[in-house]
Amino acid sequence: MSSFEDEGIVDEIIKKNEQSSLIVILQEVQSHYNYLPEQALTLLNKKLEVPLSKIFSLATFYRSFSLRPRGKNVIKVCLGTACHVKSGNNLFEKAKRDLNLTEGEVTTLDLGFTVEKVRCLGCCSLAPVVRINEDTYGSMTQERLSKVLKKYL
Amino acid sequence: MSSVKDLERLKAEGMNSLFPSKTKIMVGMATCGQAAGAQEVWQAIHQEVKRRKLDVVVKKTGCIGLCQHEPLLDILKPGYPRITYDRVTPEKVSEVLDGLVKGKFKKSIMARIDHEEFLLDDTRTRYSKDKIPAYITSIVPYNRLPFYKKQKRVALRNCGFIDPENIAEYVAKGGYFSLTQVLRGGKPEKVISQIKRSKLRGRGGAGFLTGVKWEVCRNADGDGKYLICNADEGDPGAYMDRSILEGDPHSIIEGMLIGGFAIGANQGYIYVREEYPLAIERLQSALTQAQEEGLLGENILDSGFDFELEICRGAGAFVCGEETALIQSIEGNWGEPKPRPPFPAVSGLWGKPTVINNVETWANVPVIIAKGANWFNGLGTSRSKGTKVFSLVGKVNNIGLVEVPMGISLREIVYEIGGGIPNGRKFKAVQTGGPSGGCIPKNLIDLPVDFDQLKKAGSIMGSGGMIVMDDRTCMVDVAKYFLTFLEDESCGKCVPCRVGIRRMRELLEDITSGRGREGDIEYLQQMAETIKEGSLCGLGKTAPNPVLTTLHYFRDEYEAHIRGKRCPAGVCKPLITYSINPETCTGCGVCLRVCPQEAISGKKKKPHKITSSKCIKCGACFEVCTFGAIVIT
Repeated sequence: MSSFEDEGIVDEIIKKNEQSSLIVILQEVQSHYNYLPEQALTLLNKKLEVPLSKIFSLATFYRSFSLRPRGKNVIKVCLGTACHVKSGNNLFEKAKRDLNLTEGEVTTLDLGFTVEKVRCLGCCSLAPVVRINEDTYGSMTQERLSKVLKKYL
Repeated sequence: MSSVKDLERLKAEGMNSLFPSKTKIMVGMATCGQAAGAQEVWQAIHQEVKRRKLDVVVKKTGCIGLCQHEPLLDILKPGYPRITYDRVTPEKVSEVLDGLVKGKFKKSIMARIDHEEFLLDDTRTRYSKDKIPAYITSIVPYNRLPFYKKQKRVALRNCGFIDPENIAEYVAKGGYFSLTQVLRGGKPEKVISQIKRSKLRGRGGAGFLTGVKWEVCRNADGDGKYLICNADEGDPGAYMDRSILEGDPHSIIEGMLIGGFAIGANQGYIYVREEYPLAIERLQSALTQAQEEGLLGENILDSGFDFELEICRGAGAFVCGEETALIQSIEGNWGEPKPRPPFPAVSGLWGKPTVINNVETWANVPVIIAKGANWFNGLGTSRSKGTKVFSLVGKVNNIGLVEVPMGISLREIVYEIGGGIPNGRKFKAVQTGGPSGGCIPKNLIDLPVDFDQLKKAGSIMGSGGMIVMDDRTCMVDVAKYFLTFLEDESCGKCVPCRVGIRRMRELLEDITSGRGREGDIEYLQQMAETIKEGSLCGLGKTAPNPVLTTLHYFRDEYEAHIRGKRCPAGVCKPLITYSINPETCTGCGVCLRVCPQEAISGKKKKPHKITSSKCIKCGACFEVCTFGAIVIT
């Protein structure tokens, strides 16, 4: 995105959420772009007259916000306590290996996938659990994860 | 609606929906059910019903608690008890419907349910008054399954029984009649005194007396009071609030309406964590229905009482489960806790007196109004009244949500309800209270579970997560896990919490990597005390608990890591090696195929071998070996 041609979209989000808090507005921006583009935040700063520092604080405080583009598919590997004691972390490593992500990388270069750790999806009875986009998979194994991932390729 | 008469009309409608004149098929469609494949089952039912042109009703319901057996499918055929099938697949749907068409149930039934309980009306209705064929009477009734036998479902009264997207079914179960009673009585003080007399304590963690909190708020100066439902269920391993939100959302709305009337608030918020999209969806649909029925909005039931409710979606911050941080978040700020006092009941949301209670607490309120403080008081122990929902998870046979009277022993929960430890392993500990709680060891298995006893044992009730651990769970690793979690989630405002937790985690990192030194344990203890004393909010004050309890009860494991450089449970990767037992290995080659490092070699039907230098200890071979030949030492 060289020049930000989406001013209309940001305007619309602001208008639709006039009564709402800045967090709600950021959630809307993120759900539109899948992340928080810098240009959109700069526009919010001007239009809402909120310091950019405050917007940045919120964007970095809350885990659901991302300042970097995220993949088309978001894989959330649950690391709640039940999933932890059932080796959920091995699934996280497995997903990264399958997607050829190196240490520190969470999103594939083609923006196809983002792998994230998440603290409890509340499906502890089916631990370990992985959520891909809207689909939640219980009793996951490394072997099955590879098969499931192929559905999203 | 403006009168009890209208509510009665809705109740009648709901009864028809609960007990239709034709066969009803129900699917447990909470998130846990869906993760087990309920969505596919749901689609298969619709396809099959269409294909066979069956005249049946298909309904969603919430989670009945036995999550491990999901997907669950129930058939309610007039003249028969309710029949429950477990672990249903799309293929099994077809078989079950085959049977239904032929007039006989397919025999792989998990349980039958004879009655529909109406807790609030104190009645129960038999599903069938006819004589039931012997092959059905021989099936165990669900309330006699070991999992349900000792349960008492109060907060979970409707989960798995009603369609959460149909307000009429909630009303049929006695819903909104408590609200009517309260509004007609017209005396907020009376409501508060009833809640006070019930001795209901907050189910979110600290266990503060709900009635006292309400009274402080009611008596606080200022108009424009607020009510908040804390549905930011952040404790990993606890999911009862999700289950109530998804299975019985109106119970929370009704609880809050009663609370609003009692303290004099006209606006409430339900703060739900964003990891629960289905809960938000069901809650939204419930709010819309309540508004349409005039149970939310202006002049509710012609009483002059106005009340609005709004959902706030969290943005992913554990600390926002702390009440002052949650308030900050609703106001649109980052969730930094504030020192108390002033307590929110005096100065909370936008500086106004505010009552915050969690989901389970609100769900109890309509029951106390309907059945009276004494009834509620009769359940539980001297200082912990009523029931508590626990999520019994981890290394236990029957995994699920259980609701039991306070005071039941850990042994009853783990061994009777939970059915003990799977795969013949040994029970080691139960972790309660999430990251603020602790691990309770085997020798305290007869501990009666209530607020005070758990505290005495060094843990807390918290929101009710109960993670069972066996001899393959490393307690030092568990402590490290919680500190890693808390380090991530610390808001960073105060130094003891921000720096202290990190420093403790680093020490545990060293210990679990074989770099532990003499004196580390004492250093950990010292740090723990400082963090407890110096932190501002509950997160920091309780953060050292998992370390302190594991140190207290499992010091030998710490010492084995530090002195012996070994992990007795076989968990800490730098201290373990994977090998194959040639005696039990059949040479099937499954491990060889899944190994991502080509570290496993061997000829077919001959024992295989692991080359340690290539092994990354990912555990893939361990997972697939069905002969128990992969050994971790």
